[in-house]
Amino acid sequence: MANQTLPTNAWPADAAPYDLISPSRKRLGWALMAAATLGLLAVIALEILYKTDADTVGFDTWRPVVYAYVLWGVALGIGRVLTRGEDGQRALFLLPALLFTIAMVIFPTLFGFYIALTDWNLSSFSGRKFNGLANFWQMLGDPYYRNALLNMVLYVLAVSVEYVIAFGLALLLNAQIRARKFFRVVFLMPLMLSPVAVSWMIGKSLMEYRFGPAATLARHLGWENPAFFSDPITARISIMVLDAWTFIPFMMIMLLAGLQAMSREVLEAARVDGANAWQTFWQVTFPLMLPVSVTAVILRIIFKLKLADIIITVTSGGPGGATDSVSSFIYREYRDRSNVGYGTMLAMVYLIIIVVFVTWLLKFASRFVRNVN
Amino acid sequence: MSVQTTEYVASEIRSPASFVASRVFIYGALVFWAFICLFPIYWTITTSFKTAVDVTQGHLIPFVDFQPDWKGWRSLGLSPDSIFQTSTVREEFLKRFMNSVITSVGASSLAIIIGSLAAYGLTRYRYHFAWFKNEDISFFFLSQLILPPVVLALPFLVLYREVGLLDTRVGLILLYTLMVLPIVIWIMRDQFNSIPVELEEAALVDGLSIWGAFFRIVMPIALPGMVAAFILAMVLCWNEYFFAALLTSTDAKTIPVMVASQTGSQGINWWSMAALATAAIAPLAVIGIALERYLIMGMTAGAVK
Repeated sequence: MANQTLPTNAWPADAAPYDLISPSRKRLGWALMAAATLGLLAVIALEILYKTDADTVGFDTWRPVVYAYVLWGVALGIGRVLTRGEDGQRALFLLPALLFTIAMVIFPTLFGFYIALTDWNLSSFSGRKFNGLANFWQMLGDPYYRNALLNMVLYVLAVSVEYVIAFGLALLLNAQIRARKFFRVVFLMPLMLSPVAVSWMIGKSLMEYRFGPAATLARHLGWENPAFFSDPITARISIMVLDAWTFIPFMMIMLLAGLQAMSREVLEAARVDGANAWQTFWQVTFPLMLPVSVTAVILRIIFKLKLADIIITVTSGGPGGATDSVSSFIYREYRDRSNVGYGTMLAMVYLIIIVVFVTWLLKFASRFVRNVN
Repeated sequence: MSVQTTEYVASEIRSPASFVASRVFIYGALVFWAFICLFPIYWTITTSFKTAVDVTQGHLIPFVDFQPDWKGWRSLGLSPDSIFQTSTVREEFLKRFMNSVITSVGASSLAIIIGSLAAYGLTRYRYHFAWFKNEDISFFFLSQLILPPVVLALPFLVLYREVGLLDTRVGLILLYTLMVLPIVIWIMRDQFNSIPVELEEAALVDGLSIWGAFFRIVMPIALPGMVAAFILAMVLCWNEYFFAALLTSTDAKTIPVMVASQTGSQGINWWSMAALATAAIAPLAVIGIALERYLIMGMTAGAVK
């Protein structure tokens, strides 16, 4: 990790230049970092030997390794300051977040790829066995996983409807209205509520077949058999509606901020030129809102790809896996069948699909915005 | 309602008839959507005061349709007549509630501290870790946002068991910090970018160190942004269900897990379910109403240039 920080934004010259640090201070810094690294490696080695029964001295859990890692991070920070002075102090801003994220993401993800290649069921006594790509081949023939992926496509497509509603609400809130703050708070409310509580309130109680007000209303409107979660298509739509109810405020707020940042002169100019409200919207407002819209939709899609809570609580993926998202499917694969190896393989494949998809989405979006404007 | 808004007539509207029509439409739509947002909340709160008969007959309006009853709250041990008696359910509830408070406040605080520092460093200095430059480091942090919880859940389940962090609040705090860190960095980067560098330059000339300038000059100015990021992080952590459901069992269970696990063998007790859901959403509803300004600030950070 060669760290060389250069002053930016026309900073004044370094107060304590690199050369002014005495050699003994540098040596101390290097010694500290070396000692910490050796200590960390020693603890890890000891733990591995103990776990593999090669020696009898060691700790019951791996927790000391965590402490050793934290100490190593602290020593690294002090060492940086000792050897590099002000440059080290600057690195100190970034170091905690970087070390934290690396430890919490890189290591578990790599470990996850390893688990994905094992046959590991927590409820069986045989423990974990390396079985190569067997999980992968099993996945290719799994109709439920394919179905869950297809559902994710449908759920993501539902974002377009949410976007239209959110845009409409943002326009309403941006109009000349009284009690704007009241309506804004009320419209924001669903976003604050826990998806699990929402699932109970709406999915299980409001949409309850016998006495829920939503079912009663549907009967009055002429739907004879308002079962929201028993036939696959209706169940999917119900899940989309529930999720939309929670997340529409999120897009609405971003779009509202965009509308409020738009200069009034442009709209005035359009009006002076004789454009009616419809033309003003399509030819002025909408194109100007495109960058904000793209940001809002992409963020919303990213959140949508994590959709799980509502499905787990309301339908548990039913009827017959029809409403399963990938996350809820893997959740049940673990919860009901304790199938860690296979579940992890599914998750890792999903991760790769998401990364490819989101990368493509970002590229496509930036090109789209550039072409239109 | 439209009568009082005559001051807009001159500039905005052509004919009185279309003015009235557009007013009626706008307020109609606003009231309709407000109803959609509020009715489920109303339904939950009233259901917590219903008895079994009132639930199954779909009664809606208290005192008119049905006589309110403390049934739901009594089952939680939180009604006026049961609040001073010992109640195992209440103890259970308070324990879950405290777990939720501790994990969400702890994770949000930790994320704010390390996230603000990183965001400040990234906006002010030029880093060069091996072949990674500032843009790459920023992208690395923000890209964590797309990582779905399922990918981390199973490896963490195994790792936490090895490390002895399974079913502990510390374990949850660490994971939640990871979850909200990208959002905090996103918001704080936007904040620090809006603060002119000249302020710190002046502070450095006056003899403050880099860290002195950060704590004494920059932090007070960036405080509203930090509050915004904190509240947004709080909301996300409080409502988190997936990790909590997988990684906790008895000690560190949070409120959403308790809400989700309420299906008894005798079917669902709608009244106690509703009381529990009300208690679970109440803190955030209060925060949302009181600090709405900061929430909106957090959500719109970086969206509009």
